[in-house]
Amino acid sequence: MSTHAHAAEPLVADDWSGGTFPYHIGHRKLGMWLFIVSDALTFSALLIGYSYVRVSSDAWPAPFAFYPSIIFSTVMTLCLLASSFTMVMAVSASARRDRRRARRWIGATMLGGLTFLALHIYEWLHLINDYGLKPFSLPAEWLARWPQASPLFGATFFAITGLHMFHVLTGVIYLGYIALRIRRKTHEDVEISGLYWHFVDLVWMFVFPMIYLLSVDFHPPGH
Amino acid sequence: MEEATTPIEPSAATAPQVVAAEADPHAGAHPPHGHHGPPTGFIRKYIFSIDHKVIGIQYLLLAIFAAFVGMFMSVLMRLNLTWPGRKWTILETIFPLGAPGGVMTPEFYLSLVTMHGTIMVFFVLTTAPQGGFGNYFLPIQVGAEDMAFPVLNMLSFWVTLVGLVVLIAAIFVEGSTIIGNTDFVNNFLGGGGTGTLGPIGGWTGYPPLSALGKIAGPGQGAGATLWITSIAIFCVASLLGALNFITTLLNMRTRGMTLMRMPLTCWSWFTTAILALLAFPVLLAAGVLLLLDRHAGTSFFIPGGLVFSDAVLANKGGSPILWQHLFWFFGHPEVYIAILPGMGATSHILSTFARKPVFGYRAMVFAMFAIGLLGFFVWGHHMFISGMDPRTSIAFSVLTLSIGVPSAIKTFNWLGTLWGAKIRFTSPMMFAIGFVSLFVAGGITGLVLGQTSLDLFIHDGYFVLAHFHLVMGVAAIFGMFAGVYFWFPKMFGRMMSERLGQLHFWPTFIGVYGIFVPMHIMGIVGMPRRYASFQEYDFLRPLDPLVLLVTVAAIVTAAAQFIFLFNFIWSIFKGERASGNPWEATTLEWVTPTTPPPHDNFGGHLPTVYRGPYEFAVPDAPEDYILQTTPDAGEENVAAGAGHATAGQGVQGSSGNGHNGQH
Repeated sequence: MSTHAHAAEPLVADDWSGGTFPYHIGHRKLGMWLFIVSDALTFSALLIGYSYVRVSSDAWPAPFAFYPSIIFSTVMTLCLLASSFTMVMAVSASARRDRRRARRWIGATMLGGLTFLALHIYEWLHLINDYGLKPFSLPAEWLARWPQASPLFGATFFAITGLHMFHVLTGVIYLGYIALRIRRKTHEDVEISGLYWHFVDLVWMFVFPMIYLLSVDFHPPGH
Repeated sequence: MEEATTPIEPSAATAPQVVAAEADPHAGAHPPHGHHGPPTGFIRKYIFSIDHKVIGIQYLLLAIFAAFVGMFMSVLMRLNLTWPGRKWTILETIFPLGAPGGVMTPEFYLSLVTMHGTIMVFFVLTTAPQGGFGNYFLPIQVGAEDMAFPVLNMLSFWVTLVGLVVLIAAIFVEGSTIIGNTDFVNNFLGGGGTGTLGPIGGWTGYPPLSALGKIAGPGQGAGATLWITSIAIFCVASLLGALNFITTLLNMRTRGMTLMRMPLTCWSWFTTAILALLAFPVLLAAGVLLLLDRHAGTSFFIPGGLVFSDAVLANKGGSPILWQHLFWFFGHPEVYIAILPGMGATSHILSTFARKPVFGYRAMVFAMFAIGLLGFFVWGHHMFISGMDPRTSIAFSVLTLSIGVPSAIKTFNWLGTLWGAKIRFTSPMMFAIGFVSLFVAGGITGLVLGQTSLDLFIHDGYFVLAHFHLVMGVAAIFGMFAGVYFWFPKMFGRMMSERLGQLHFWPTFIGVYGIFVPMHIMGIVGMPRRYASFQEYDFLRPLDPLVLLVTVAAIVTAAAQFIFLFNFIWSIFKGERASGNPWEATTLEWVTPTTPPPHDNFGGHLPTVYRGPYEFAVPDAPEDYILQTTPDAGEENVAAGAGHATAGQGVQGSSGNGHNGQH
């Protein structure tokens, strides 16, 4: 079909004159980019809302001790970062039409995502069960240390990380679908799933400092 | 200028001027979706269709239905404002709890306000111009076979419909004998015990009351839950639609359709889609947070120390102002989402019936983008009374007033288009001129309201009400009417009755001014919005004759819409058969091989575009218009074997047989 297209002299010279893809990408890839823009606005709204209530609160708890909390969430972050690397490898293998290797790298990416999810859920349960953090209230222990602290800590924490977790889960399922049907998928399909995956990782690169690193407990009791 | 320098395809001048659909250079990697053949069964053809034209009509019908529901509610509100406490027996039958004994309760009035606003803003003003006309005509006007994602397009429509059903359910969910007071409503939707009809928070749903659930009083129970859910659903549908529109416009323009050759309608749908893509996700996030406040016990929008029924609420830490920021960050672009497609359609229609090119095409495009861009930085002017720092409000005020510049550019360009023209006063033209009139009349008060000191006095009153109804409500509706009358022949293959069109226009045009001009006066006097009755305010008594006048005008205007409805339905079946290009217009929707266009729009051969969209009254041309698919004389010479292209002739020459016999 391509040869047929080029048989005729092109009517127009440049990419923006119609009859061609101005960014040299197909509909689905452009659609994914637009979805990413829009989804970025959703996360921005939440993160800006979080910043807004945080700066307008009298006090905000800083409960994450360097060890174990921050170490733990850094390991989570590393899992996600590593999964971005493996995704790059998957796209690179797919570009060489090495579908078997691409599938393996996608599998590794999913593993990174699943590990992140498992650690994250463990962390949630730890905060909920061991500390007593709730979406609507702070643990008594924290309130004793930060008497004026806003109960929105839990609400923002669970809402933002929860939405991000949902995105990771969706990404793992999406990648699983691509890996399963990799023989019928084009290189661009793999690339598009990679775009989504990198976006989800990028969001975490905002969530991690804003939610975790800004709430580091530098003087934990008993130290 | 591109015409002069580009190489010429030899076969281009043979009529009809087409290139093979396969001429897509990426066709191998991305199969054109023209591959789906026309569906045959009734359900796949008309119900779950993935044809953008059917989906466009579905959107349009949904919006017309919603518009009549919303209009019915506004008439009910006028009745209550003019004759408070009067008994309307029929109301008792429809709303036994909202109007016990046939007398409207104040809560019912407020839920009418809420439902009217929400239905009109989301399911009429956002749905019809973009989802309806945009869906039908954007792919055709850029020369594409369909939208980029046809299945997603179908999903957008059906998700929108679910949103409308959920919204209408909100007014019946509590107090209804059928679904009210069930376990599902009481436990899962947070209803029970309020005994009122529908949500009463207004279309802006301000917390803290909207965030608290049923303890906040009547109208904040299950109905409010459904109301927020509906908006969240609508956000998703709009996002998917916007993504589809942008991809289609960028990737699927046919050969020769440069950006600056696109009709202004396409520019307006494009700008609108960008606004929707950036604004709706923010509302979605805000809506989810509001639902969490209502059902998960969080306090994003609930400040500490609220007292209800002598008890202090445990919630604390949140900020109702946060909702206002998030809501209006969406809400202000939203009003441009409503009005921009009307601007595009007006430009398109004015040019066609003035038989003149659009005055200042490029300025129109840049003005549209400027309006869209500035729209994201002025949300604070909805919040001047929220306790905002005066320095902040000055910044918002200046940015707001600066929108007057691109708006004035557009207005003067419309007037420039009309200047000295031999105007054909058809029904679409009447409504397009009406659009300009209403946009100016409503926009000019925006300059008043944009100033903090004035806004502090007249906020939340009838002045604001009149302002935004004229500029984003009625003007946008006029844009839609213009669009219906203009494109009906292409959509249904028949003409609408011109006589009924004029009969529809005059009472509507006079009627809306009769409704909204007096409201400005009421607002200056100090009449507040969202009050069910003004009986207890002596200083408002002298306004009674005006209140009556507005109500009479509203009833006349509403009645006139049935002329439109009749014309619309009657013309689908019995209207005079339309030719392929009844208005002698120039853009691609008028060169389709059949009317209505075939399933793939151009019969398997995408058109090639040689010129801009509004070439009317070109000197020395055989007709007073030249289709976009008509090649230049120089290009025809090439096809005739006369040698290389003679550059520099511009658009002066005309082939003379360019339009391919559609009359």
